[in-house]
Amino acid sequence: MYVAVKGGERAIDNAHAWLAEERRGDLSVAELSVAQIREQLSLAVNRVMVEGSLYDPDLAALAIKQARGDLIEAIFLIRAYRTTLPRFGASRPVDTAQMACDRRISATFKDAPGGQVLGPTFDYTHRLLDFKLAAEGAAPEAPSAAPQDGPVPHITGFLNREGLIQTEAASDDTPPDLTREPMELPAERPLRLQALSRGDEGFVLSLAYSTQRGYARNHAFVGELRIGAVAVEMDIPELGFAIEIGEITLTECETVNQFKGSKTEPPQFTRGYGLVFGQTERKAISMALVDRALRWKELGEDNQGAPAQDEEFVLMHCDNIQATGFLEHIKLPHYVDFQSELELVRKLRREAQDGAGAAPVQEAAE
Amino acid sequence: MTEIEKRQHWMSLLAKAPAAELDRLWSALGLVPDYGYLRSPEAGGVMVRGRAGATGAPFNLGEMTVTRCSVKLSGGEVGHAYVQGRDKAHATQAALIDALMQTGQAAFVREAVLAPLDEAQQAARAARAAKAAATKVDFFTMARGED
Repeated sequence: MYVAVKGGERAIDNAHAWLAEERRGDLSVAELSVAQIREQLSLAVNRVMVEGSLYDPDLAALAIKQARGDLIEAIFLIRAYRTTLPRFGASRPVDTAQMACDRRISATFKDAPGGQVLGPTFDYTHRLLDFKLAAEGAAPEAPSAAPQDGPVPHITGFLNREGLIQTEAASDDTPPDLTREPMELPAERPLRLQALSRGDEGFVLSLAYSTQRGYARNHAFVGELRIGAVAVEMDIPELGFAIEIGEITLTECETVNQFKGSKTEPPQFTRGYGLVFGQTERKAISMALVDRALRWKELGEDNQGAPAQDEEFVLMHCDNIQATGFLEHIKLPHYVDFQSELELVRKLRREAQDGAGAAPVQEAAE
Repeated sequence: MTEIEKRQHWMSLLAKAPAAELDRLWSALGLVPDYGYLRSPEAGGVMVRGRAGATGAPFNLGEMTVTRCSVKLSGGEVGHAYVQGRDKAHATQAALIDALMQTGQAAFVREAVLAPLDEAQQAARAARAAKAAATKVDFFTMARGED
């Protein structure tokens, strides 16, 4: 039974007005601008772009401001906004081999051509709070050196030449799009990669960690991690040729995984792949590990019943907007639902008591 | 470069240009062309694709915001633009420049708008590459264990 009730309007309006006031905080503290968030909280902006699945740093920064820094709420705002955009088309697949790398490291080859380029990383910091940041200081300046020429080759390309690593079958198939059609299982790898790329960082991280702890262990090495700018090209129908329509920052992780061979595959290294918007390397590495775990079927591995191997479990629970939507709806009024539950429990208790031969007790006044 | 390659190059420059920078150069150009819209500036999304393992099957990575616009000059030249972001003035100016590049004013527009944009983009890229290069590790061996 559904019963419509009214009467919350004034309370809701006032709640939202108070929300706006709380969002602004202490008026003696300067208001945060969207540009400040975009420039100085850029990793939060990146996460909102990744999981909101929309590359637009200004919008992501606005969403963070509106959401008072609640990133899942900000992602929700971006997801809602993107549904209002007409879809102009799809880009050509980005060519990450042509990336202008800010960072490029390999945990497998010390002397990889192109070198180990650390970029603006938290690695090797001591994770001690820097109280100098609490005071306004002079603008820091990074040292520079003679830039390298030309694109940096992918590490997996070298292993590929020796046939030591499984090759990725190139194709020009149109990939499925979970924003257009409901997800169908079993999912092909392109659909899994789309879901993982926009999936919740915490969820994907925990699943990846579970594989490292032994739940479908896949012995991952970070063959390569690169962060940098790539051009986005799209075919323009009215022109009859492709142009670059923009440039985006991406983080790409390729894992090289130990593989003893299976019923169908020879002993060789296998691969996991992570690709995400912005500088988002924890997510990219996590994605690569979970991608690899989900490939057990095509590689002829055993299903160990581990969560990270369970496509239905991973794909249906990695989206934090679906998750939070369903989770948070239970706080909304369920008065009538609960009323029927209440009556059911009372009835069951009465029956149980009657059955046990106990004298009916008088219920407390409601 | 073929004519198509030249046009691809300038359209790409305009797509990636910061809207404020293009606006400044456009205003400084001082041209007030007579034009009409074939397609008014419109913001939308483009699904960006990647490839599994960088070289394998394509997959949908996520969308990016893009604004497009098409104009027709009174002389009949048609200009198109697809630019990153949601700035309608950016898309209109890019389409007008695309159209003007097909007129007798091409050399002037190239000099006043495209060349500075190209220079700025290359300088920005070089500056990042130089900072990245400074973080390249120079390994040296401290001691070998086999002695």
